[in-house]
Amino acid sequence: MTIQFNDESFRDDYSFYNSERAIKRFPFPFHEDSYMYSVNMEQHRGGPKDSVYEKRFDVDEHYVSEMRDRALVLADDPLRCQSLPHMTLAGWDLLELIMVSKSEDYPDLFELHRDGNTWRWINKPLGIDDTFTFLDEATLPYGPMEYITRQAQGDFAVLDQRDDNLWMDAGMVTTQADWSLDFDIGMNFFEWHAPVPLAHEKGIFVRALKFLLNIQQGAPARRLNWTMTVNPLLDTSPENYHKWGIQKTTLTPENIGAKQHLRVELQTFFRLPRSNALVFPIRCYLCSFQDLMTVPKWGRRLHRVVRDLPVELATYKGFIANRPMMLDYLKNFDDGLPTSPGIWPDLESEPPLKT
Amino acid sequence: MTKFTFPQSIKSRPIYGTLEAREGAAHLLVADAHGAEAILDVATPEMMAKAHIIYIPKGQEFEDRLRALKPASFYSGPSYSAAEPRLHKTLADARMGLQVYLTGTEGLMGQAMNAAMAAGIPHTAIQTEHRGSVARRMQCVHCKGITEDVETDPFVCSHCGLNLFVRDHYSRRLAAYQGVCIDAEDPGNVPESKGIYE
Repeated sequence: MTIQFNDESFRDDYSFYNSERAIKRFPFPFHEDSYMYSVNMEQHRGGPKDSVYEKRFDVDEHYVSEMRDRALVLADDPLRCQSLPHMTLAGWDLLELIMVSKSEDYPDLFELHRDGNTWRWINKPLGIDDTFTFLDEATLPYGPMEYITRQAQGDFAVLDQRDDNLWMDAGMVTTQADWSLDFDIGMNFFEWHAPVPLAHEKGIFVRALKFLLNIQQGAPARRLNWTMTVNPLLDTSPENYHKWGIQKTTLTPENIGAKQHLRVELQTFFRLPRSNALVFPIRCYLCSFQDLMTVPKWGRRLHRVVRDLPVELATYKGFIANRPMMLDYLKNFDDGLPTSPGIWPDLESEPPLKT
Repeated sequence: MTKFTFPQSIKSRPIYGTLEAREGAAHLLVADAHGAEAILDVATPEMMAKAHIIYIPKGQEFEDRLRALKPASFYSGPSYSAAEPRLHKTLADARMGLQVYLTGTEGLMGQAMNAAMAAGIPHTAIQTEHRGSVARRMQCVHCKGITEDVETDPFVCSHCGLNLFVRDHYSRRLAAYQGVCIDAEDPGNVPESKGIYE
């Protein structure tokens, strides 16, 4: 199908919106009525038709506007995109992976024509038609990682693998859940996750690292992660926290349905062929509470998850102060009926809200 | 009291040890203030015969005692940044078998470790021992400015003036802890400053 790209903003007037299609395919992150950390990895080999799992790199109605927002963030703060000197080859690997995947998965939107090392890349939604020499940086307007990630939704952490660890040695990070690439670049897996509560004690990171170190070419993996964001703000960076933090205090019982967003990250992991690096795309999806409540199963479940979440997690995810107001809103969508297992909306089989 | 037991913390926070004399073709010892005491503890005549000491006194009176160890080369300078050209030259000229010892404040050890890493020495091969002030070198995550020797939490960024709280999250590359605005969600509501470990 042809995608209609929204003309919308993720700042100032926040004209971002989800179409009905986007709501139905929203990656709701809770497969049951409660939440705790786990190494919830699975193979990233497609998924239900039109779901965000179907393609290797999902392109949706927000693509063009998200890329515009990324350019604004980078103009304001170039440190959001950095690559340590030994990571250039991994950048080329990533460029190839994205170009090949998108041109195969969305042939009506993207074309890649390769003649030896002379490559022609056509990106129709963004109006780009560039010819360059693969592995020759001088033939692109940016480094290879920056070039391609200015054209791909989601953040990208490119991880070097050595000493049985993963090192955050390159990245494009403009839609992050409050972490700083500029601060974390060069850290290993345990160091950049250091501020996360509870998960170290549960052995989550030791097991996750073991899994990730063994990811093979052609066998990518994925998981979902989530947090909460007031207003559809993509750039919830620590760098700008002194500017956006105040927005958390603007929630009222009247506006919470429209302003409070569930923020979900589709995290995928691909081994890169030449560099043996691992690329870790972190794709952000936003959905307002009121849009989520149009799916009865999600309404019931979100109330239960938010209500029962441990205080440490609600604090870490930054919504402990707003949790009571969230629950006052969400409880109206929980009639106590059981919910079906799994993340999918199950609109045909789940009963409507009992009033 | 120049030795301090740091409370347990998160995994990005550095852990310091106690210097021990190791076999080496040469020895580079970098210290500030009370770090001199750790050098006095670890020094042996054999080590000193092949040692280069770079010392920043910060008002402490250890210089004569360090000189009395008779290191092959001794430098005392007014600040870390004044010592940097010499440190970089020493590291650039270093051969296989150099042992590196860093001691004193976290800011000094972090920056010198950075210099050693840039010269190709893995951070795990560098010995460190904390002595003296527990002040931290802080980076403001907002303006990126570094404030040296921060003793209180929260503190005011010496560059942009925001009120920052002191995190334990540490970057080896920046040799700094992260400072984050404390009153972003309630401007002006800044708790009273106290010592970092109080």
